[in-house]
Amino acid sequence: MAINRETVEYVAHLARIQLNPQELDKLALQLKDILGFIDKLSQLDLSEIKPTSHILPLNNVFREDKPQESLPIEKTLANTPQKEKSFFVVPKVIE
Amino acid sequence: MELYQLTAHELLDKIKNGEASAQNIADSLAKRIKDKDSKVKAYVRLSEHRTPNTEHRTNGIPVSIKDNICTEGYNTECCSKILAGFKPPYDATVIRKLKAAGMAILPLKTNMDEFAFGSSTENSCFGPTHNPWDLECVPGGSSGGSAAAVAADEAIWALGSDTGGSIRQPAAFCGVVGMKPTYGRVSRYGLIAFASSLDQIGPLTKDVRDCALLMNMICGYEPKDATCVNAVVPDYTQALANDIKGIKIGIPKEYFIEGIEPEVKKIIEEAIAKLKDLGAEAKPVSLPHTRYAVPVYYIIATAEASSNLARFDGVQYGWRSKEKAQNLIEMYKNTRGEAFGEEAKRRILLGTFALSHGYYDAYYLRALKVRTLIKEDFDRAFGECDCIVTPTSPTAAFKIGEKTDDPLKMYLSDIYTISVNLAGIPGISVPCGFTKKGLPVGLQVLAKPFAEETLFKVAHTYEQNTEWHKVKAKI
Repeated sequence: MAINRETVEYVAHLARIQLNPQELDKLALQLKDILGFIDKLSQLDLSEIKPTSHILPLNNVFREDKPQESLPIEKTLANTPQKEKSFFVVPKVIE
Repeated sequence: MELYQLTAHELLDKIKNGEASAQNIADSLAKRIKDKDSKVKAYVRLSEHRTPNTEHRTNGIPVSIKDNICTEGYNTECCSKILAGFKPPYDATVIRKLKAAGMAILPLKTNMDEFAFGSSTENSCFGPTHNPWDLECVPGGSSGGSAAAVAADEAIWALGSDTGGSIRQPAAFCGVVGMKPTYGRVSRYGLIAFASSLDQIGPLTKDVRDCALLMNMICGYEPKDATCVNAVVPDYTQALANDIKGIKIGIPKEYFIEGIEPEVKKIIEEAIAKLKDLGAEAKPVSLPHTRYAVPVYYIIATAEASSNLARFDGVQYGWRSKEKAQNLIEMYKNTRGEAFGEEAKRRILLGTFALSHGYYDAYYLRALKVRTLIKEDFDRAFGECDCIVTPTSPTAAFKIGEKTDDPLKMYLSDIYTISVNLAGIPGISVPCGFTKKGLPVGLQVLAKPFAEETLFKVAHTYEQNTEWHKVKAKI
């Protein structure tokens, strides 16, 4: 599977990362190399194999729906780069 | 003999016998860090702390913590600019457990590859850590700071995290003991996530007994972590018998063919001969899908990372771009473009690509299926033996800068450790010799899920009958 500069630019947008032209050039080459290496997985016949997303035989770990203590607002907001009263501040979302 | 040179169990004995106090130990360690860390750079943000080790006084032994494990009130930045200044509002479960056991948490954190993305600790926004055995070499990674600190006697013991070898490989490169527990054995609550189906916290220590002691303190159920297994935690020190008679050790032939340095191969073969002398029975086993482990890992780990790292967006914590943004998405893009390092960008992009429309089946789903085959390889092998013995890494420590231009070459340095995370099994690395240049080599022992006791038994017996762990780096 080939990956080019345009694909990298598109994927970078999906990942919300701004890249400069030099980064785009370099990453296109490196990702092409890495994906070329990964392509050895296509040598295997996997039609009968089930995927493993998780190694433990655990399913649906539930707990009782009881209110518990949570972090106070001051602590929750203590690390934000920008806040106002009890809110996180971000650039305008709605036009 | 200075206090900082001792193991934790020796120090605990000294405290018990009234020969030393927690204060004496903290002061001794602080002095050592002050004397040596300008060379090793095992710790980050050192200059922000006037005295490295005097803020948190308890009666216990100081534990050094990797920069991706949350410590309330002490900076936890994953050695990334995007988490600059982050002071967690809570302790990770392992920290809470260590404090409950009376241990002292060092406010200084240890260096690591940014978000644990790397095998050399060169991807830290604070610059690399230097290997105490040869300051021009890397300490391995990503828990390179923790491993180097223990090797340089700048830590009594330490915690790291292991997603594809990040505890075991640096332990091998620095000549210390490092364990990756079974997936689910130790809670990941408060460990800043890299790849949630692979990450485990574990100890880096001066000997196997300390490793067992630290495991006793950090294991156990945590309801806040849905992947933490609710199983009885044995007293691991009970497994430290000096006896491996009749134990069957499997030698996987696939681990001794391509890429391994002849010198490392010879040292590992000598270690296996030693285990046989001590009564173990060695037999060949096969892990036929070994050659697919690295490609599978770099799909699964990056896919999970791309999702986990979406939370770093300049809103709740850390860095936010100062560029004027027209809208929210632009702010996200500027922030992430400015603050993520090169390897973090590479991995997030690779993972996003593998999960994106049109490529999901060809990459991500395919990788999950090959993961099944890798897990089945181990299930089959453990039907024939009690544990598997391999090199921890195909080489000893390499030079700083040697592999930074070739990400693929760097990824291959984890070739013997990665399958273990994919299969969720436990592994330990113990010192087993030195190359001609005087660099340590590590022996990796693997067992089936929740059979850490077998690892302690084999590793301890080997250690008690060899002298490698007593040799100290001269810095």
